Amino acid sequence: MSEPVWVRRALIAVAVLFLAILILMPAAAVFSEAMRKGFSFYIASIRDPLALSALRLTLLTAAVTLAANLVFGLAASWLIAKFDFPGRSLLLSLIDLPFAVSPVISGLIFILLFGARGWFGPALTDHGIQVVFATPGVILATVFVTFPFIARELIPLMQEQGSEEEEAAVLLGASGWQTFRRVTLPNIRWALAYGVVLANARAMGEFGAVSVVSGHIRGRTNTLPLHVEILYNEYNFSAAFAVASLLMLLAFVTLAVKTALEWRIRAEQRLIEGGS
Amino acid sequence: MTAARRYSVIPGFGLTLGYSVSYLSLIVLIPLSALVAKGANQPWPDFRAAVFDPRTLAAWRLTFGTSLVASGVNAVFGLVVAWALVRYRFPGRRLLDALIDLPFALPTAVSGIALTAIYAQNGWMGRWLTPLGIKAAFSPLGIVIALVFIGLPFIVRTVQPAIQDLDPAMEEAAVLLGAHWWTTMRRVIFPALRPALTAGFITAFARCLGEYGSVIFISGNMPMKTEIASLLIVTKLEQFDYAGASAIALLMLVSSFALLFAVNVGQWWPTRQRVKETE
Repeated sequence: MSEPVWVRRALIAVAVLFLAILILMPAAAVFSEAMRKGFSFYIASIRDPLALSALRLTLLTAAVTLAANLVFGLAASWLIAKFDFPGRSLLLSLIDLPFAVSPVISGLIFILLFGARGWFGPALTDHGIQVVFATPGVILATVFVTFPFIARELIPLMQEQGSEEEEAAVLLGASGWQTFRRVTLPNIRWALAYGVVLANARAMGEFGAVSVVSGHIRGRTNTLPLHVEILYNEYNFSAAFAVASLLMLLAFVTLAVKTALEWRIRAEQRLIEGGS
Repeated sequence: MTAARRYSVIPGFGLTLGYSVSYLSLIVLIPLSALVAKGANQPWPDFRAAVFDPRTLAAWRLTFGTSLVASGVNAVFGLVVAWALVRYRFPGRRLLDALIDLPFALPTAVSGIALTAIYAQNGWMGRWLTPLGIKAAFSPLGIVIALVFIGLPFIVRTVQPAIQDLDPAMEEAAVLLGAHWWTTMRRVIFPALRPALTAGFITAFARCLGEYGSVIFISGNMPMKTEIASLLIVTKLEQFDYAGASAIALLMLVSSFALLFAVNVGQWWPTRQRVKETE
């Protein structure tokens, strides 16, 4: 299409200006507000024991969540990509279900199950197990919210790759586990890493769902995003933005790794397409 | 099931099926059915009172209205952004392309406080808007801004591949036939992008309906005025009104399922057609 130069320039200008105001400005604002009271206040806010305990819970939650959803992602994508069975497409849509559930509702469902008046709450409380307003609830809600991320990256890729290589390995006498580890895993590693990075960002940053189930008990059930909220609501703005700047850095790292992985995946695809 | 086994030498069917279905049931299906049971299992007058009392009605109107406006703004600017990123080369393009996903990667609470700082009266944008008589933070406009931020990647990432897949032959034909660039844009390019744009719009809209973290800081949360539906669910929960919270949540869940189902049906149909044509 041969649109005039002024149209090109105008469209580029509109796009850049829009992104500058909408995306860049908030990113800059976080760091600017974080430094408002000086560098030593910034460091003190981050090294505050409550911030550190929030960081610990965030790391624990992300680790457990990723491990659980990684195993599921691998099992589900193996099942869906390698076998044809009745109910396969239903299973595929059910895996995506959590994407359609809003954050607050993702927390609410676990209150309905494990709350004081929930389905299983009273029975568990009798045995001294508390799920909601405790660490297990925070982890459960995070697992729910990040449920589809890894499976969703793996399934289309494994479907595309087919099962010829695995069949060859099995016929040559490899065990199922050997086939998976030596044949499948090397083929899907970048997509796997991609899914893990996205899931990790969401797991560490989830706010709505975790906010509903955590009960905001400082030093015990607060994750980093919840700690930001508490500081902000106490008008401790500089400290809130200091902790928020850590999460902003995490977001930048996520985007950088994600972009690098996309380049790698695209390069490998080009290699495969060029070779065949 | 036996058919699957007969034709495959690959092991692990029983194991992965059993594991996937149990895990899915434990994490997703049972919790969601608890919501359906709690929300639907109450006398109709109670349900109606929870979902349609004046305060909730105002929240619905606000939530749907701001989501619609925000997705509309994103449809226009998202299209321009996607077009510029795919078609033009300019300094900083790759960086901006990567930053489109910032709203995905950033915790919504951080987005919320950052936007509030910018659009509050003395903020970077607020100090220009206030003299013009525009109150951005703590008003419905603030909610729209937060939702535009949250929804942007959904539109851009849906439209970008569609622009990449545009058939250059169509544009060339239009130009060779003497079409003005605007006519080509309007009659050739825009119709080809409309399905992707619609899908992106609906996905963004569905996401906006349930948004919580980025909105609650900038909205001010005044009942009847700037209180969104998600916040009302939290408020009811804090008052231990589980039934009321579930009723609102159920209606919200059904709305977003219906929207995303519409997107899936709409997307499936043309791709199936296309697959058939190329075969």
